[in-house]
Amino acid sequence: MDFLTLLQILDSTLRLATPLLLACLAGMFSERAGIFDIGLEGKMLAAAFVSGAVAAVTVNVWLGLLAGIGASLLLAGIHGLASITFRGNQLISGVAINSLAAGLTVLIGQNWFGLGGRTPSLVGDGRFPPLTLPFSEALAPVPVIGPIYHDLISGHTFLVYGAMALVPASWWLLSRTRFGLRLRAVGENPAAVDTAGVSVVRMRFAAVAICGVLCGLAGAYLATGLSAGFVKDMTAGRGFIALAALIFAKWRPVQAMGACLLFGLLEAIANRYQNIDLGGVIIPVQFMQALPYILTVVILAGFVGKAVPPRAGGEPYVKER
Amino acid sequence: MTITQKFLGAAATLALTTAIAHAEPAVIFDLGGKFDKSFNEAAFEGAKRWATETGGTYKELEMQSEAQREQALRRLAETGANPIVMTGFAFGDVLNQVAPDYPDTKFSIIDGFVEQPNVRTILFAEHEGSYLVGMMAAMASKTGTVGFIGGMDIPLIRRFGCGYAQGVMAAKADAKVIANMTGTTPAAWNDPVKGGELAKSQKSQGADVIYAAAGGTGIGVLQAAADEGILSIGVDSNQNYMHPGKVLTSMLKRVDNAVYDAFTAGEALETGIINMNLASGGVGYAMDDNNKDLVTPEMQAAVDEASAKIASGELVVHDYMSDNTCPALSF
Repeated sequence: MDFLTLLQILDSTLRLATPLLLACLAGMFSERAGIFDIGLEGKMLAAAFVSGAVAAVTVNVWLGLLAGIGASLLLAGIHGLASITFRGNQLISGVAINSLAAGLTVLIGQNWFGLGGRTPSLVGDGRFPPLTLPFSEALAPVPVIGPIYHDLISGHTFLVYGAMALVPASWWLLSRTRFGLRLRAVGENPAAVDTAGVSVVRMRFAAVAICGVLCGLAGAYLATGLSAGFVKDMTAGRGFIALAALIFAKWRPVQAMGACLLFGLLEAIANRYQNIDLGGVIIPVQFMQALPYILTVVILAGFVGKAVPPRAGGEPYVKER
Repeated sequence: MTITQKFLGAAATLALTTAIAHAEPAVIFDLGGKFDKSFNEAAFEGAKRWATETGGTYKELEMQSEAQREQALRRLAETGANPIVMTGFAFGDVLNQVAPDYPDTKFSIIDGFVEQPNVRTILFAEHEGSYLVGMMAAMASKTGTVGFIGGMDIPLIRRFGCGYAQGVMAAKADAKVIANMTGTTPAAWNDPVKGGELAKSQKSQGADVIYAAAGGTGIGVLQAAADEGILSIGVDSNQNYMHPGKVLTSMLKRVDNAVYDAFTAGEALETGIINMNLASGGVGYAMDDNNKDLVTPEMQAAVDEASAKIASGELVVHDYMSDNTCPALSF
């Protein structure tokens, strides 16, 4: 494998890891506050559809992005209402959101566009253009650093850089601010937070809202950054991979980035090589495609040690009388 | 028995007899969905054409999950639909079980292989059509490397890829074919993001013409190819219009004709195996205003010649499904 091939694989890794990373961070905020969220997939799907639809109609990707975040926030609100206000089962609410999004996107899409749930292909300003970073052309001839900067780092869409910047931002928010401390406390011991006079319900809703915004970004990136328009079920299980990455990362932001990049890398390698020939032994492509899942099981079973979820996760908070 | 019950019973019998007297044909679309711009949509076009021409009505069902197949078939058969046309190889096993239970209903399966007295099996010679577009791809390619992106990794899709690779080799013996499959589950028919990534990956390996035989995933392939400034080849329906001037051609599979013929024959549908090949116009390639500048006279001449040879039987394109091997491409 030469240097250029390596760069191309890493380039593809960045693109493929971005939606995972955004969804993973979304899940992290929600779960650190004690709200399990298996509805990441549904929220991404809804955001992908709405952003694709709005961007197609208005030919403005920023309006599409906002609308996508709005749709995802709406579903997050439903999840919050069901699991915080009405103290329902968080897993069931999440499953409901997934089904709702899978059905509604196709139904509404068919009604609006008559293309079988697909949105029209996005053109021009309806998509996020790749950004060329400053000096990338000038630096391109420089050996090693030039190609890395020009091919790998430059030339992605706004959301890729945004997602990367969100990692340190999330870390800072979670572990260096009062808001973050309270958010984490709500997920570990909500009674203590309540005793301190902070509203558990409000904190949890804030976490669920952050989750909604991030899922919205992830979905919008799928429809308007990675491809040009929405196709039914286009999230293709990425919300669940993000959940696996979240457990793998033990609910921490920087590790989440590592996990998502790893899953992105595996997918990029599987895309690049149909069958990998390792000196006589041929690894079939089916194995490569199954690798992210196999790896999740192996890593969770032995390598990361014990992944302990937030202690109050999954339990609705009932104020003591 | 009260009067009401009698009336209800009579009404039900009447409804049943009417249903049998005016049997409507029915079509079942596979998981890719009715509007996949490709295989299923071609079937829908055929049904629509029949409806506009005859003024008749037909029933239709769209599969949402694997588990629904048997239920859907039985439901349509019990409501008196006749004939029932279904698209997709995945119906094969189910139809084999269901067909004997409804001996008076005619079934027609496209792409699947079912031997039952009341079933018409329609098989397309995709390898022949793919061979022709493969020749065009090789002649249009400047780098000498072309790509193939399949949907779900099944023998049927390998047949597309194998025919394509043979066509490429026939036009340019030293050309290289890069082949990728999107996945191994039905989700592979609807993952344009992955399709786009695969196309970008093939482009970075030198491919400058990419043939997508991947249902909804192909939309992503065609889009990425257009973005990257290389050519693509559509499949099943004519997809040239999706990116005018950037889609070299489309391998046509006249699923619409298969459905139209079955609907026209109605209850008198002849059963047995029907081969839709190049000679019978079952497969071919698309030419229209969108791609006329891309196809040179030389390409046209070469493809016409090969087409005539295949139709006459002088040239035999190897069929992957006949022995599960491919001389021109390793998967």
